Amino acid sequence: MNAVWIAKLKKDRFLYLLLLPGLLYFLVFKYAPMWGVLISFQNFQPFLGFWKSEWIGFTHFENFFAHPDFFRLLRNTLILGFYDLIFFFPAPIIIALLLNEIRLAFFKRWIQTLIYVPHFISMVIVASMTYVFLTTQDGLVNEIIYSLTGNKINFLSDPDWFRPMIILQIMWKETGWGTIIFLAALASVDVEQYEAAIVDGASRFQRLIHITLPAISSVIVILLILRLGNFLDTGFEQIFLMTNSLNRTVADVFDTYVYFVGITQGAFSYSTAIGLFKSLVGIVLIYGSNWLAKRFGQEGIY
Amino acid sequence: MFSKHDHWHERLFDMLNYIFLVLFALATVLPFVYIIAGSFATEAELAERSFFLIPRDISFSAYEYIFSSATLFRSMGISVYITIVGTITNLFFTLTMAYALSRKDLMGRNVVMNMVIFSMLFSGGMIPGYLVVKELGLVNTYAAVILPGAISAFNLIVIRNFFQNLPAGLEESARIDGCNDIGVLWRIVIPLSMPIIATFGLFYAVGHWNNFFSSLLYLNDHNKWPLQVMLREIVMLSQLAIGDLNNVDPEFVEPPDQSVKMAVIIVGTIPILLVYPFLQKHFAKGALLGSIKG
Repeated sequence: MNAVWIAKLKKDRFLYLLLLPGLLYFLVFKYAPMWGVLISFQNFQPFLGFWKSEWIGFTHFENFFAHPDFFRLLRNTLILGFYDLIFFFPAPIIIALLLNEIRLAFFKRWIQTLIYVPHFISMVIVASMTYVFLTTQDGLVNEIIYSLTGNKINFLSDPDWFRPMIILQIMWKETGWGTIIFLAALASVDVEQYEAAIVDGASRFQRLIHITLPAISSVIVILLILRLGNFLDTGFEQIFLMTNSLNRTVADVFDTYVYFVGITQGAFSYSTAIGLFKSLVGIVLIYGSNWLAKRFGQEGIY
Repeated sequence: MFSKHDHWHERLFDMLNYIFLVLFALATVLPFVYIIAGSFATEAELAERSFFLIPRDISFSAYEYIFSSATLFRSMGISVYITIVGTITNLFFTLTMAYALSRKDLMGRNVVMNMVIFSMLFSGGMIPGYLVVKELGLVNTYAAVILPGAISAFNLIVIRNFFQNLPAGLEESARIDGCNDIGVLWRIVIPLSMPIIATFGLFYAVGHWNNFFSSLLYLNDHNKWPLQVMLREIVMLSQLAIGDLNNVDPEFVEPPDQSVKMAVIIVGTIPILLVYPFLQKHFAKGALLGSIKG
């Protein structure tokens, strides 16, 4: 090390002291686990530790791809991702556009205040409320269904109801919050554009198509691309909470499967291999969607 | 409400739009109202009326029951503890590192920044993370719930960008007055950044209060469970024997199961609703800061 470096280090010694806790945090809690993914190429035994466990190459990956669960997990994850994209993704855009048409400022503010609330409520509370409403034992929804049809529907354990339930939960919780970014984009539209369009005799629908939508289209594209990059990231807590032994066939996704196999059954190496597979596909998706964004003339996210 | 020049179909659209948005907002709020009402309802009323927003006979028995033993109080205390200690930890780690990284003259700054950014793209995943915490001997301690999330890379970058845009002159003059870097951060940068620190402090705090999974993962001892884990146990797994009937008067009528569950849900929700006005003041700013490129 030369003298210039040492002088610099000495001059900035307090700055490095400030950097230290954060740096240690990233090394211990982010980079040590990254190193730890190597156990997916081992037959990791906790009592032997990392250094003494046996290396077995790609065996866990081969076993996983050959296992019938692999296809089931992929299918469940992709279907939930598509439902999310089709039903949940457009919802905040539509609500933001409708709110944008409201001319009474206090009314708009009140609606906003109310619809942002569920974002801050924990997933446990949301899942708990779902249970209280949908249970077949005195749950409100089933009481109403029973009085109308004489039957009850076992929403919480019926595999056919799992996916609609997950999507409705997330729509209830996050649609309102999702409008913020679109409302901000809409607020930046120049009012003169609308005035000019009115003078030219454009109807409200025409103004929506020619002024409002183009104003938020770049935000929509960016969020869509971000969403595609995270396509495999199904909400872990939500799915974990709503999974039970009766709906497991459709509920299991990569993340929850890693938990059940790794933590509950103790297959550390095998579950780490599954997690690593998912992370790598995730990186490819993020870079792929970022590349797409640049091709569409957007700035790109990274 | 309407402007004079509108056609009838535009007025119709406006009407439907107002109605739709009111219905949407009601769909957000009514579940809470029903659960509050149900938590105060009697067995008879729950059996007789399927839906109501104001109970006829107000009964506090569900609340008397859930607070008749120490279980729920303890869980609430643990949640408060994790939230306070956790948020202070978050702010300490995030602010110190953000300030160091905001200084363009810091040697090695780009290496560390790239390290932070890469950690957003790729993570070791759940199991290696769990093994690290286990190796450190943190399992069954509150540190296991607090430390692994001490810095959100995203928040770190947003705060660093904010620090970079503070006027450099003030820092310079403080340095001339003999302040070292730690003094500059503490006396100049932090006081100037209070609004953004409050915003991210609130976000971190809500995250801790709502945190469920890492408590479930790392706290094996039931006596250490925070409120969210206890909530799931009571409501979703129907472990309703949390009260202690010896502590209530002999004529106490046991509340219906549904009311007990609803009361517990309300107990978990109220703190968030209490800070919501503060959150609302800050979050729009926070959410939009997030959209600034890192």
